Amino acid sequence: MVGVLVAAGVFLLLRPGLLRVVLGFVLLGHAVNVVLLAAGGLGRRTAALEEVGSDTADPLPQAFVLTAIVITFGITIHLLGLLRRDAGGPASGADPTDGDDHTRSGDDDTGSGGDGTGGAGGPGTTGRRR
Amino acid sequence: MTGLLLLPVVGPLLVAGVLLALPNRTGLHRVAAIATMTGVLAAGLVLLVRASGGALTVLRVGGWPGPIAISLAADALSALLVTVTALVVLGCLVSAVGSGDDRRPYFLPLVLVLAAGAGGAFLTTDLFNLFVLIEVMLVPSYVLLSLAGGAGRGGAGRVYVATNLLGSTLLLTGVALVYGTTGVVGLGDLAGVAGDQPTVAVACGVVLLALGVKSALVPWHDWLPRTYPVASPVVVALFSGLLTKVGLYAVIRIYAVVYGGDPGYRWLLGAVALVSMVVGVLGAVGENAMRRILTFHMVSQLGYVLLGLALFTAAALAAAVYYLAQYILVKAALFLCAAAVRAGRGTDRLDGSGGLAGQRPALALAFAGAGLSLAGLPPFSGFLAKFLLLRAAVETGAWLAVTVAVLVSLVTLLSMVKIWSALFTGEPPASSSVAQRIGPTLVGPPLALAGLSLAAGLAAAPLLVLADTAAAGLRDPTAYVRAVTGR
Repeated sequence: MVGVLVAAGVFLLLRPGLLRVVLGFVLLGHAVNVVLLAAGGLGRRTAALEEVGSDTADPLPQAFVLTAIVITFGITIHLLGLLRRDAGGPASGADPTDGDDHTRSGDDDTGSGGDGTGGAGGPGTTGRRR
Repeated sequence: MTGLLLLPVVGPLLVAGVLLALPNRTGLHRVAAIATMTGVLAAGLVLLVRASGGALTVLRVGGWPGPIAISLAADALSALLVTVTALVVLGCLVSAVGSGDDRRPYFLPLVLVLAAGAGGAFLTTDLFNLFVLIEVMLVPSYVLLSLAGGAGRGGAGRVYVATNLLGSTLLLTGVALVYGTTGVVGLGDLAGVAGDQPTVAVACGVVLLALGVKSALVPWHDWLPRTYPVASPVVVALFSGLLTKVGLYAVIRIYAVVYGGDPGYRWLLGAVALVSMVVGVLGAVGENAMRRILTFHMVSQLGYVLLGLALFTAAALAAAVYYLAQYILVKAALFLCAAAVRAGRGTDRLDGSGGLAGQRPALALAFAGAGLSLAGLPPFSGFLAKFLLLRAAVETGAWLAVTVAVLVSLVTLLSMVKIWSALFTGEPPASSSVAQRIGPTLVGPPLALAGLSLAAGLAAAPLLVLADTAAAGLRDPTAYVRAVTGR
């Protein structure tokens, strides 16, 4: 499963077009999350808070994955914002190739969703966008 | 007292959150940002004083036990880097007032979030929290890079985000593999494990690889000179002081604690260090704009620090720590000089009119000091750092490293002389408005940072004591491990 996700992600990364790169990163992010979940297991230590049955899942990887998902989500939004600005319109239709400079001069739009500070319990994901 | 450890992380984040709720009030933002970073600087200094005696400050947030807690710890190395980066951020904030960068929307809150992530990454004792805090630091940097750029920022922004996202994905994979092989991610619990178990060494290798991408070591350096120069010089000064240094700090810490300085990998670190030094400095020779030259030198200077880690003697590690601390200040001073030059001339390219030395002697003084320090000439701190490093290399008989380091220093001097002769000497342009646009807020910060470099070179004793303490902690991380794990 990880192998398939990584293969598809890398393939998309190497394709021209930023939208495919973004999708590639989404797939790679999922691959890593699966690795993280697979890395769990309570065989090495006891449960954190109280005595529980032997069928309890390891909570630590789940916390890791949750944090990682939030971060990946924020950055994906930012990438889509970059894409949208560079294309000069909605992301659905246009698909600019890498290296071309479609940036409109004098456009100081900061893109969207820039402040996804995510996990560590700061003021949280502000997720402002225009 | 241990709550002080929270200030460099939580303080800037909270203030940034409040400032985001109050947009379009630049004056308030400036005062709040500078006050916050002064607070962080004070906290860093207190931690530094405590750490200089060899005492560690450890905080487990929320009082959770052992491996579950989010723990922060400040030894001499962490406290030193928190203090130095707070200084750099303060310098950048003052310069941003002069260059007009901080009038852009959300600039100051983003800088604060960046500083919070960097401070947290220096203090954390846990690989996964390191990943999270590096992300906290990188996300505002994505926006800052595209916020204040000129032409070509679209493509450079894409390269920057893509490279760093790939690095982060690798980092997370490495953390997952470490967790899979050991069941812990705390540095204290991982101490020395990589030396015993090859699987852990491989898993940690993935982490180190990802950190190598983030600190732009050769052969993963290519994104740095492609992306940094499109950002505004103040932003580049900030990035150079914080982003790559966090990666390098983490490499040093992980290699010292998890690998226990395993001699089997030192040749690899040494090779990466030497190639980084050579490639970075040669890349700079061919460039023709101040920011581009300086970003190439970042690659080369990081190689020096890594060389100290590769030698892994007490003297070499102390030299590396001293080198890293003074280099962050020097490089920020140079980039802030570039910010002043760009504000005055409208560009930092080397062609065109010079004569800035006559118009703004204070700026010329700042650049001369920082440039000579970067090249390693006495009496500046760069000389002492290189001297200590070379002496440590001679002691271990690494003659190839000594030769390369001396030659690279000479080429570095060449680049600095090139900038000097193009921008500062010669006839000033006919219109005299250049000097007027370079106000005191642009000249002051680089001058102060260059002055600190001079002070660190002339009165080096306190800093050297700190570097020795930090090196002793890296050579023998038992005290760190015991304090972090609480065992």
